Amino acid sequence: MEDTLLQTIDLVKSFPVRRGFFGQYHFRLVAVDHVSFSLKTGETLGLVGESGCGKSTLGLTIMRLYEPTSGTVKFDGIDWTALGEDELRKKRRMMQMIFQDPLASLDPRMTVEEVILEPMEIFGVNKSADRVNEVRRILEITGMPSDSVFRFPNEFSGGQQQRIGIARALALQPKMLICDEPVSALDVSVQAQILNLLRDLQEKFNLSYIFISHNIAVTAFMSRRIGVMYLGNLVEIGPSQEIINSPAHPYTKALINAVPEPEPKRKKATRTLSGDVPSPIDRPPGCPFNPRCYLMQDRCKEENPLSREISSDHFVSCHFA
Amino acid sequence: MTRYFLSRLAGILGVLIAVSMITFFLMKIVPGGPFDIMGVQANKNIPDFIKENLEIKYGLDKPIPVQYLIFMKNAVKLDFGYSFYYQGQTILEIFQNQWPYSIQLGLLTMGFSIVVGIGLGIGAAMHQGKWPDHLGTGVALFCLAMPSFVFALLLQLVFAIKLGWFPTGGWDSPENWVLPVIANSLGPVLILQRFTRSSMLDSLRSNYVRTARAKGVPERRVTFVHIFKNSLTPILTVGGPMLAGLIVGSFFIESIFRIPGIGQFWVTAIQNRDYPLIMATTLVWTIIISITYLITDLLYALVDPRVTFMKEK
Repeated sequence: MEDTLLQTIDLVKSFPVRRGFFGQYHFRLVAVDHVSFSLKTGETLGLVGESGCGKSTLGLTIMRLYEPTSGTVKFDGIDWTALGEDELRKKRRMMQMIFQDPLASLDPRMTVEEVILEPMEIFGVNKSADRVNEVRRILEITGMPSDSVFRFPNEFSGGQQQRIGIARALALQPKMLICDEPVSALDVSVQAQILNLLRDLQEKFNLSYIFISHNIAVTAFMSRRIGVMYLGNLVEIGPSQEIINSPAHPYTKALINAVPEPEPKRKKATRTLSGDVPSPIDRPPGCPFNPRCYLMQDRCKEENPLSREISSDHFVSCHFA
Repeated sequence: MTRYFLSRLAGILGVLIAVSMITFFLMKIVPGGPFDIMGVQANKNIPDFIKENLEIKYGLDKPIPVQYLIFMKNAVKLDFGYSFYYQGQTILEIFQNQWPYSIQLGLLTMGFSIVVGIGLGIGAAMHQGKWPDHLGTGVALFCLAMPSFVFALLLQLVFAIKLGWFPTGGWDSPENWVLPVIANSLGPVLILQRFTRSSMLDSLRSNYVRTARAKGVPERRVTFVHIFKNSLTPILTVGGPMLAGLIVGSFFIESIFRIPGIGQFWVTAIQNRDYPLIMATTLVWTIIISITYLITDLLYALVDPRVTFMKEK
């Protein structure tokens, strides 16, 4: 139960960018910058951060839907980044992904049954005679009506479409699911249903989750540990309760401060962030957060802080935390 | 579905009536009649009294609306009468004798263009920026810049005269078909290549393609099942009318390769003021275009399950 399922070591994903009328200026956009963390079987790691901080890219790079620029991913005891294309495809069933936009992620020409059946057929999951029943069983587990098999994805509501996406991922009996903003396209009322479904499934199948979200409250509800990303860097990672109650990194503090308070009369110390996230092409030297940080000193402009353990299993990349 | 089909057929009928009426009256307004043209071509004046007799014989002395009604009454029975210009041949005979050649040429051209055009389009989209993309763009550019009649003559010069691989013309055996089909396919290949490429590139970036890869679907299956099938709608949109254009024959290609098709009749009918032939060709063209659009619309439903012909309740 407590064994490490996934480990990333110094994972980097950068994209070449050409600017200028003739594309004469070459840059590298570093979307994921030396990210290292590990995930145990049956555990959920939440990843939070604002738009463009590289959390989705990190998910896609772990899946190897993007090829990592450097670094290593170890998954289920194998070096995931060293697998050849064919081997990777065969191992894909172990690691599946749930996408943000449920409808766009489903082939509009395929019925629900075809969507779920296709990966089973490719990987030979279950005996072929049982597959059709298996599709119905998975749909039932994910809370879909039994008459949905012959309908097309666009005929369903957003919540149901995401249930189809989850059913599709489960069809391969994976060990780990990467949930990339699985509820951010949904109504608030439906969000809770999907989140509860994901938690039930985790218990039932002993799944590990990487739960990517920009909403720290949702992430805390889902995860045992939370990682906070800023400009491609994992700036803080630790147990959820600790992150929420005693955040160490100034960026994490600001994120938690930004969570809306349900009781309007309650005063809270507001310390909002000023400015925008710097472009990942033109990164500030030193600590990536220094232009927006209220703790900023000269040292932050020169030296990128290393990750250090401030309490058990709680790591922060800040000189002053 | 049946309702939809019937209402579309009624629409085609309406279009036919409108087109026939407009064409008929325009044709009569244009100065000069069929017998003037014959006189000019024979280099002699036909005396007025002979012309009057001819007009009475062919019913051209009656008021124009009456002529129209008589024409339509016969046309419904597919009786378009005799050609004014090709003496001794009925319009129906001309179509029966010549059109099969054009249909055959058109279908072969369509088949060839689908294989080459869509093939090059798929290759270009799947290897964007690499040599298959440049090859596809190169071929498309060639098709755009090269007039088909020049290309036809070049093909004859190189493959028929210099190399002697194929005959210069005729239509008797499959080896006669090769050069005309290639020459005729410039436009279709161009259009299919460009549309396939751009439509595939659209689907290529879709989220469901990413999902398919995440599911571990092999790349070949991703290309043909998830990307290509979702790119078919725009290809169908240009492909339907293209087929209609191809099966009515080609004036240039048929003339250059001595194919006894119907292409030249479409062009010469107007010069010759061959009233029955003008009407027949126009109506046939209208019917073909209407039917291909209808078939194209029905095929959309086959290609994309989101298309439905039911009325929203």
